[in-house]
Amino acid sequence: MASLLNQLWNGLFVWLLGFESLKLADDHAFGFVVAALIQVGLLINLVAVGALVFIWMERKIAGRIQDRLGPTRVGGKFGWLQTLADGVKLLGKEDLMPAGADKFLFRIAPYVSFCASLTAFFVIPFAGGLVPFVGQQMNVAVFFVLAIMGLEVFGVILAGYASASKWSLFGAMREAAQVVSYEVPMGLCVVVPVMVAGSMDMVHIADRQQGWFTSWYLLHDPFTFITFWVYFTCAIASVNRAPFDLAEAESELVAGFHTEYSGLRWSFFFMAEYGSMLAVSLLAAILFLGGWHGPIPVASLIGLSWENGVATGLIGNAIGTVVLLVKAFLLVTVMMWVRWTLPRLRIDQVMTTCLKYCVPIAATMFLGAALFQLWLPGRVFFGLLPASEAIRTLAETQPSDSSFSQSTQSFPRSRESSDGVFPLDSRLRGNDEGLLCGNDDGSQLVEAR
Amino acid sequence: MTKDYCAGMTMGLNSWRPADVNWGSFFFLIFASLAGGFAVAVVLSSNIVRMAFYLVLSLAATSGLFFLAGADFVGAMQLMIYVGGTLVLLIFGVMLTSSSPFVTMRTHSGELVTALLLGGTLLALLCYTALGVPQWQSPAIADAPADLPPVTATLIGSALEGYRFDALDEPNETLRAGMSGYLFPFLIVSVHLLVVLVGAAYLARAKRRRDTSPATS
Repeated sequence: MASLLNQLWNGLFVWLLGFESLKLADDHAFGFVVAALIQVGLLINLVAVGALVFIWMERKIAGRIQDRLGPTRVGGKFGWLQTLADGVKLLGKEDLMPAGADKFLFRIAPYVSFCASLTAFFVIPFAGGLVPFVGQQMNVAVFFVLAIMGLEVFGVILAGYASASKWSLFGAMREAAQVVSYEVPMGLCVVVPVMVAGSMDMVHIADRQQGWFTSWYLLHDPFTFITFWVYFTCAIASVNRAPFDLAEAESELVAGFHTEYSGLRWSFFFMAEYGSMLAVSLLAAILFLGGWHGPIPVASLIGLSWENGVATGLIGNAIGTVVLLVKAFLLVTVMMWVRWTLPRLRIDQVMTTCLKYCVPIAATMFLGAALFQLWLPGRVFFGLLPASEAIRTLAETQPSDSSFSQSTQSFPRSRESSDGVFPLDSRLRGNDEGLLCGNDDGSQLVEAR
Repeated sequence: MTKDYCAGMTMGLNSWRPADVNWGSFFFLIFASLAGGFAVAVVLSSNIVRMAFYLVLSLAATSGLFFLAGADFVGAMQLMIYVGGTLVLLIFGVMLTSSSPFVTMRTHSGELVTALLLGGTLLALLCYTALGVPQWQSPAIADAPADLPPVTATLIGSALEGYRFDALDEPNETLRAGMSGYLFPFLIVSVHLLVVLVGAAYLARAKRRRDTSPATS
C-alpha cells in the first residue's frame, strides 16, 4: 500500500508541476508571501475555531456537571452553533468605554493579550519526522513558548489600569501576582522533559517519545509522572482558569479585569484565554504525552511513516496532527472538568499552592529525574524497558541541531532509497521542499542542505 | 482564455525580479523603526504606564531583530528577561498612579538639560564604539555562504560548561582564555541573586510585622 501511495503522489505532483503557469522561481517574493499567509491563516483558524468549539464544549460540560442539558436549540442537534450565534450577538453590541478611561490603552489591551496567545502557536509543532508540521522550527522552542505566554498578562494589566475602575484594577493586580509566581514552578516542570530529551526543540522532544505509550515521558520515571501533574496545575493557574481565576472572581470583583469591556473587545479576551488553554495543553501533550505519537502507533504500524517515502510520511504526519489535537482537546476538557468541580481558591491559598507546594515539588522532581537519568540511562517506562532502536539513534544525533542535521543527512538518503520519490528537477526541488516543510522561510532549509 | 490569463498573470509576477526583495533588510527596517519609534515615544510620553508600555513594545521589537539575525536564544532571552522584566515596571507604574488615576510627569527645564547631556554623552560613546569595530566598516557585505550551519544555542551551552569550540582555532594563545568555562561565575552570580531575593522577602516581611504589631496589642 505504501508504494502505491508513493506512486500516486509522484504522479499527482509531477502532473501538477507540469503546468507552466504554476511555476514560480525559487526565491520568488510572491511564493514567500503566500507560504507565510497560508501558515498564519491556518494558525489563526486553529485558535479562532478552537475557541468556538471550546466555548460550546464548556457550556455542554458545565451543563452536564450541573445536571442540566446546556445549549440544545441553535444549529440543530447539540446546540453546536450556539457560540456562533453569540459571536454575532457580540458583533452587534455597543462598544462601551468608561468616561475616565485611558482610551488608547483601553483599545489596545485585548489585542496585546490575543497576539501573545497566538504567537505561541508559531513554534508549536503539530507533527514531526523528516518534514515537521510547524510554523517555524526553533532550536529553543520550549523556552520561546514560555517567554511568549508570560506576555499575555500585559494585556490584562493594561485592561485593568485603563478601565479606570477599581474592580478591573484589583483583578489585574491579582493576575499579575499570580502569573509572575506561577511562571517559576511551570518553568521548573518544563525543564524536566527538556533534560530527559536533551533538547529544547519540541520536534525533537516529541520524536524522542515515538512508538508505544511506554516511551511517553509521562511514564518515563516516577519523577516525570509527578512533574506532569504539577505542570498541569501550574498551567491551569497560568492561563487564569478556575480554580485559579482570581482575576475575574464574580463574587468579589464583578468580572475582574474585563468588567468594563463589551462586544468584540471582550470576545478577544476570551479568544486569548481559550487560545492559551490550547497552547499549554499542546505543550503538555508534546512534552509529556508523546506529542503526535499515539498510545498505539497505528500509523507507523501500517507503514505510514517517513521510512517508506514522502506520501506515506505526509499521511502519517496528518494522522499525527489529529492525534496531537485529540490529546490537547482532552487536556482542555480536563481543565473544564476541574473548573466546574472545584471551588475558587482564595488569593493566599493560590500563593501557598505555588510557593509552598508547586515550587518545592517541581525542584525535587527535577533533581530526582536527573539522578534517574544518571542511574538508568537509555530506558523507558519507569526504567523497566530499554528504549527502542529509533529513539536511541535519535538520542545519538546532536540534540541541539537534530532537526537540521536530520534534514541535511537523511533527505538525500531517503531520496535514493525510495526510488523516484523526488522526481523533480533540482531547481524545483528546493522550492517544493521549502513548501512541504511548513517553514515560512523555505530558503533556510535549502541553505541547510 | 483562462489559461492565457493565468499565464499572463504569472508572467507578470515572474518578470518582477523577486530576488531584489531583500527580506532581511525589509524586516530589519520594520523592526528597527518599531524599536526606534517606540523608544522615542517612551521619551515623549508623560504618562508612566504608557511609557512602560511603549518600552515593552520597543524591547519586543528589539527581540524581533535578534530573531531576524538567527539568534533565537538571545531573542527568547530578550523576551523573557527584558520584556518580562518590564512587567514589574508596569505594575509599579500602575500601583503608584492608581491612587489618583493617570498622573502625568512634568519635567523641569533643568532636568531636561541634565537628561540631554547624559543621554547625548551615552549616544556619542555608543556611536564612537560602534564605528570603531573594523568588521562593521567593510564597504560590501558578502552574502552568507549557502552551506552555513544553522545558528544554535549549543555554543553558548557548551561554553558555559567549559568547551569553547569558537576559540579552538584561535592562534593567539592569550585569546584562548576562558576555556575553563563560565559555570562557576554563573553559579556565584545566581547564588548572589538568590540571596538578594531572600533578603528582599525578609525585609518586606519584617516591615509588615512591625506595622501590624501595635494594632493588635
